[in-house]
Amino acid sequence: MFAYIVRRLFLMLLTLFGISVIIFVLLRVVPGNIVDILFDAAGFVDPADKANLEKELGLSQPIVIQYLHWIGGLLRGDLGYSYVSEKPALDEILPRIPITARLAGLALLFSASIGIPLGVLSAVHQGSRLDYVLRVVSLSGLSLPSFWLGLLILMASVSMFGTMPIFNPNPKTWMEAFAIYAVPAMAVGFRSAALTMRITRSSMLEILRQDYIRTARAKGASETSVNYHHALKNAVLPVITVIGIEAAFLIGGLIVTETVFNIPGIARFLVEALRWRDYPIVQNLVMFIAVVVVVVNFTVDMLYAAIDPRIRYGD
Amino acid sequence: MATINFESELRRAGANATGGWRRLAFLAQRYMLGTIGLIIMLLFVWMAASADLICRYDPLSVDSAHRLAAPSALHWFGTDSFGRDVWSRIIHGSRISLAVGIGSTTLGATLGVIVGLASGYLSGWVDLVFQRITDMLQSLPLLVLALVMTAALGPSLPNVIVAIAIPLIPTVARVIRANTLALREQPFVEAAKSIGMSEMRIALRHVLPNTMAPLIVLATAQLGSTILTEASLSFLGLGIPEPYPSWGRMLSESAAEYVRTAPWLVIFPGIAISLAVFGTNLFGDALRDILDPRQRG
Repeated sequence: MFAYIVRRLFLMLLTLFGISVIIFVLLRVVPGNIVDILFDAAGFVDPADKANLEKELGLSQPIVIQYLHWIGGLLRGDLGYSYVSEKPALDEILPRIPITARLAGLALLFSASIGIPLGVLSAVHQGSRLDYVLRVVSLSGLSLPSFWLGLLILMASVSMFGTMPIFNPNPKTWMEAFAIYAVPAMAVGFRSAALTMRITRSSMLEILRQDYIRTARAKGASETSVNYHHALKNAVLPVITVIGIEAAFLIGGLIVTETVFNIPGIARFLVEALRWRDYPIVQNLVMFIAVVVVVVNFTVDMLYAAIDPRIRYGD
Repeated sequence: MATINFESELRRAGANATGGWRRLAFLAQRYMLGTIGLIIMLLFVWMAASADLICRYDPLSVDSAHRLAAPSALHWFGTDSFGRDVWSRIIHGSRISLAVGIGSTTLGATLGVIVGLASGYLSGWVDLVFQRITDMLQSLPLLVLALVMTAALGPSLPNVIVAIAIPLIPTVARVIRANTLALREQPFVEAAKSIGMSEMRIALRHVLPNTMAPLIVLATAQLGSTILTEASLSFLGLGIPEPYPSWGRMLSESAAEYVRTAPWLVIFPGIAISLAVFGTNLFGDALRDILDPRQRG
């Protein structure tokens, strides 16, 4: 087990190193950097000014030196300066994390509390009209773009209240907090709720076919006891993996939803930074996302082994 | 392994019909939702193919006299802020969605098959290197990777196709690799080896065809997600550039500010995206049930 964990940690570092190289190179093959964008807007260009600014931002150095400079800073906790705001990148990124984390947490809570019960219901009543309806609803959940769902919610809000929720970092009332966080979280979480439901359903069906379930029925256990006591306990394992993976990949939905609802989290910030070619922000944000994904994957695997005694790593 | 054996699959499904049409009719009845999905997909293909015949207006022509016109007999889905006909733009938009959907799924699946087959069949250091690269690509969410790639490559149709195809490679490669590893140990591969067949020929003629069923299932499942990703990229302004009518782009022009004043600009492109993706998802589900019964849910 110990050897396995060490191996996994080593592979995690290798993966993160690879990502840092890929991102760094990708961003620098782009024709045109921030200096070009700034000078394009100015119209008249003095090549000397341009060269000076490039030098000041470190863009004239060889790419390997730029990379080492970035990684060296990263290890010391110095993420460099944003080209756009000229503030330290860390100060730009850190305050936005809790906003996005809150949204992601609520979205996961929503998807688990809706997805798991509906998935169980669908499996227990397999083939019924209810099952049919739930399956179509969950498939539609996977088909709706979350930004469109967000826009529809805004539209409904306009027609019902005559206004849209506007982001406020310190909501005063419960209602305001609900409108600011819970509503966008539902727009993001609808997709993962649908996914969770599908996985719960198929996992439940798989378990319900097993011998020990037949045994439980044969000895006279009630349907409720068989479904919820015997089956659900085992069926929920793969669901945990999916929720874990979704937790890390929720960022995709958050990017568009934060844009629609005008929420200043890190997901929307990534898009803004990409538009402005603000490399220090983009590369650090992407690295942050990668670290979250890798750590969550690792945690889910470990959790899995902790919950299910049949799973032993490294034996 | 999951070889596509339609005869046995049909018998398992209870089809006694022998004639081609009757068999098709039986399958359509058995997998009603899948049939609906297929019809939706064919509808979009037809829309894309005959876009010029269906539309009364040029999707790019600007008409400043009729800006933001509400839906009417003249403009079924209204017009946008440049006075362009929304109905025509949605019909033409199906070409972009289809091109990106089919283009990136095919590209991603082909590269994924090559990587997966090489990884599983050659094993050794090739496998090790491919596995690590797969790990790296899978540690970034699809949209994040696609966003950075389109930002790097520049917004254009071919670049968007490539940017969405690359994140697909690891997903496909994993499945093909796992299948190849299992197939390698099968007696028929051993038999082929013993009669002196070259490794390359075994991989391509014996192993590859046997991974087709899961590949088709996976590719169909990915089709919807590629269409959604293109819509998201274009919505964020980093996908298909103006003035081409991409459904996602149409929503980005009309976002928040038109929610109040011109709801038709928000509703119709969204319905188009959702319906197209819903169709492929329905069809993909039915296909999975038919071809890959182990995953049946």
